[in-house]
Amino acid sequence: MNHFITLQADLVSKFGANVFTFSTSPVGDHVIDTNKESVPALLKYLKEYAGFNFLMDVCGADYPTRAKRFDVVYHLFSTTGSRRLRVKAQLSEGESVGTATVIWKSADWFEREAFDMFGILFAGHPNLRKILTHHQFVGHPLRKDYEADKQQHCNSVTPIRFDNTPEQSGDQLDSKYMAINIGPSHPAMHGTLRVMAELDGETIVRAGCEIGFLHRCFEKMAETHPYNQVIPYTDRLNYCSAPMNNVGYCKTVEKLLGIEIPQRAQAMRVILCELSRIIDHTVSVGTGGVDLGALTAFFHLFTYREKVYNLFEKLCGARLTVSMTRVGGMAQDAPDGWFTDVLKFCDEMSDGVEEINKLMIGNKIFMKRTEGVCPVSATEAIDWGYTGPLLRASGVNLDLRRADPYYGYEKLDFDIPVGTKGDIYDRYLVRIEEMRQSIRIIRQVCKNMPTGDYTVRDKSIVLPEKKDVYGNIEGLMNHFMLVIKGLRPPVGEIYDATEAANGELGFYLVSDGSANPYRLKVRPPCFAIYQSFPTVVKGAMLADAIATVASMNVIAGELDR
Amino acid sequence: MSEEKNNSATDAATHELAKSFAFTTKIDAIAAWGQRNALWPLPYGTACCGIELMSVMGPKYDLARFGAEVVRFSPRQADLLLVAGTITEKMAPILVRIYQQMLEPKFVISMGACASSGGFYRAYHVLQGCDKVIPVDVYVPGCPPTPEAVLDGVMSLQKMIKDRTPRPWRDNWQSPFEINGNTVPNSLTSSNTYISKGPRI
Repeated sequence: MNHFITLQADLVSKFGANVFTFSTSPVGDHVIDTNKESVPALLKYLKEYAGFNFLMDVCGADYPTRAKRFDVVYHLFSTTGSRRLRVKAQLSEGESVGTATVIWKSADWFEREAFDMFGILFAGHPNLRKILTHHQFVGHPLRKDYEADKQQHCNSVTPIRFDNTPEQSGDQLDSKYMAINIGPSHPAMHGTLRVMAELDGETIVRAGCEIGFLHRCFEKMAETHPYNQVIPYTDRLNYCSAPMNNVGYCKTVEKLLGIEIPQRAQAMRVILCELSRIIDHTVSVGTGGVDLGALTAFFHLFTYREKVYNLFEKLCGARLTVSMTRVGGMAQDAPDGWFTDVLKFCDEMSDGVEEINKLMIGNKIFMKRTEGVCPVSATEAIDWGYTGPLLRASGVNLDLRRADPYYGYEKLDFDIPVGTKGDIYDRYLVRIEEMRQSIRIIRQVCKNMPTGDYTVRDKSIVLPEKKDVYGNIEGLMNHFMLVIKGLRPPVGEIYDATEAANGELGFYLVSDGSANPYRLKVRPPCFAIYQSFPTVVKGAMLADAIATVASMNVIAGELDR
Repeated sequence: MSEEKNNSATDAATHELAKSFAFTTKIDAIAAWGQRNALWPLPYGTACCGIELMSVMGPKYDLARFGAEVVRFSPRQADLLLVAGTITEKMAPILVRIYQQMLEPKFVISMGACASSGGFYRAYHVLQGCDKVIPVDVYVPGCPPTPEAVLDGVMSLQKMIKDRTPRPWRDNWQSPFEINGNTVPNSLTSSNTYISKGPRI
């Protein structure tokens, strides 16, 4: 709070008193409202003098009844003191705001997305074209007047093309070089990524990537479904670690509602999150191995993943997309003996991690393929908006579980591994060590499992248990009322983030007091990471580019949403 | 008369001989036996189902037990297209091209709700089922389906091949994207006038 007051004084003395409106939302988010002309200067000042070194997210929001219908929203983060700040400006149709790409590289794809989804224009953006929807798509789907189920068919594929950056020659292919297209149907592209590269022999002269092949309209779906029905959609964002998305989303809604969930629910969520982190890293390391030619690693690692699937199945019946959380707590309590099973798994897994370590990390071929390949420095990583294991591999010690703790992480004893070089090898080292630390966390939580209820019992938030619905009139009435009326958070907005397996998973939620979210923006970690790909692989070998994609652990579900 | 007798004696002898080392069958049946026990899948995993498909291929469920372990990412080497995951409008032309490049006999399994019908994504960028663009032989329900369900789907397909079940959905199939060269059929554009309006970016 102090920081925000000092910042206000600074900004007023620098820019004058009438430019900004400062406010702190009821949930504690600091917001600066400004006009569109002041945005670039303000962002530059905030980065250079106020210590906000991360641009986490740029997004739009549509309010068709307003005179200036669009909001463009910037979410900043400062590593000193883990402060967050939201900057908002209003725009009307056809107006443009100065681009932030000159201040942060990470703004590139986020601004393109805001353009694609809302038609918000960013003056000075080097490459303002569609990113998620296909090239024949007309209109901007996240505008409120675009119907959610209005499909537009696509009948062709775009030719090989590269993004316009000042030093490159735009779409023109250079006949000196060999242009190659990889994906989206290619084993190393994990199904839905498309990479285009211009090669000089085996060396990449320039690269480009096309995304959106799995754009499933998550944000539009969220606007057309009640709060609790959005939870299954969040499962399918990062489907390698589905429960973490549930937790991130529910935590955001709960924070907006102003409720704190019971200790037991918090502990269960921590266990689910850490189990998910382990299996997410197993897939990342396993498929990373496959992309380098080590098929055995995949088969071996999947045995551990199956063990976690068994735990999930025992907990709730589903294997992959568990949807175990509800707004207000968990869907049900864990069955008898589940925590003992989890502890048993921890024992097996800690042997497993050492095996994986020997199999992959100590393997000479693996080391030669990954050490010193496509490194990303700490400054670059921050500029690109890297979070999670990749940022830590580059040497930045930022983990939201420590920097901005939630669910009792502050009381747990665990280490945060940090790399030095930011190359591919460091990324895997960090992931392997994080698996060890996750096991440590799970053991601590399981051993001190709080007793008590697994959900809050507020009748306007949580459905009563089935035995009450069928057993007494009050339960039946409460059930009826909540189903008919819906869960209605107060009018307001919030940005909240959790540390997911790939990095900061943020949700920006706007509530208009109705039963559906008015706007739900996901800040997916690998979206920011993957946009650096063309720059990172420039000058590297083609095979190194494959290894880089694998090490970034790009999950199309959250990349394209 | 004696010649006939001789002949039947030879036949009997041949028959006896054949019993010791050979069996009789129909060409079709033996071809179907080969086809169904050596389905080489092309795993077209795009989303969550792709992760479950990894489990199907993985050590616990082991699709290899059904002769389908040779995963090929080249359509020319595969005879089973396993569509695992959401197919978006952007992806549809690519899926069709992959299907066209596969050699006969070819089969398609649609794994999961999204691939079969669009699932719970009744949304502006999601194709409402991959059968809108390619002919599907087996649909596997689930979101995502359990590996057991996928194995059941593969076994159903094997039974279809064995029984030579007619597959009329394939009979008049043609690519929705290129007929007589490169023209786009009306069926794809007439339902939405949106495409022709406004500037394209």
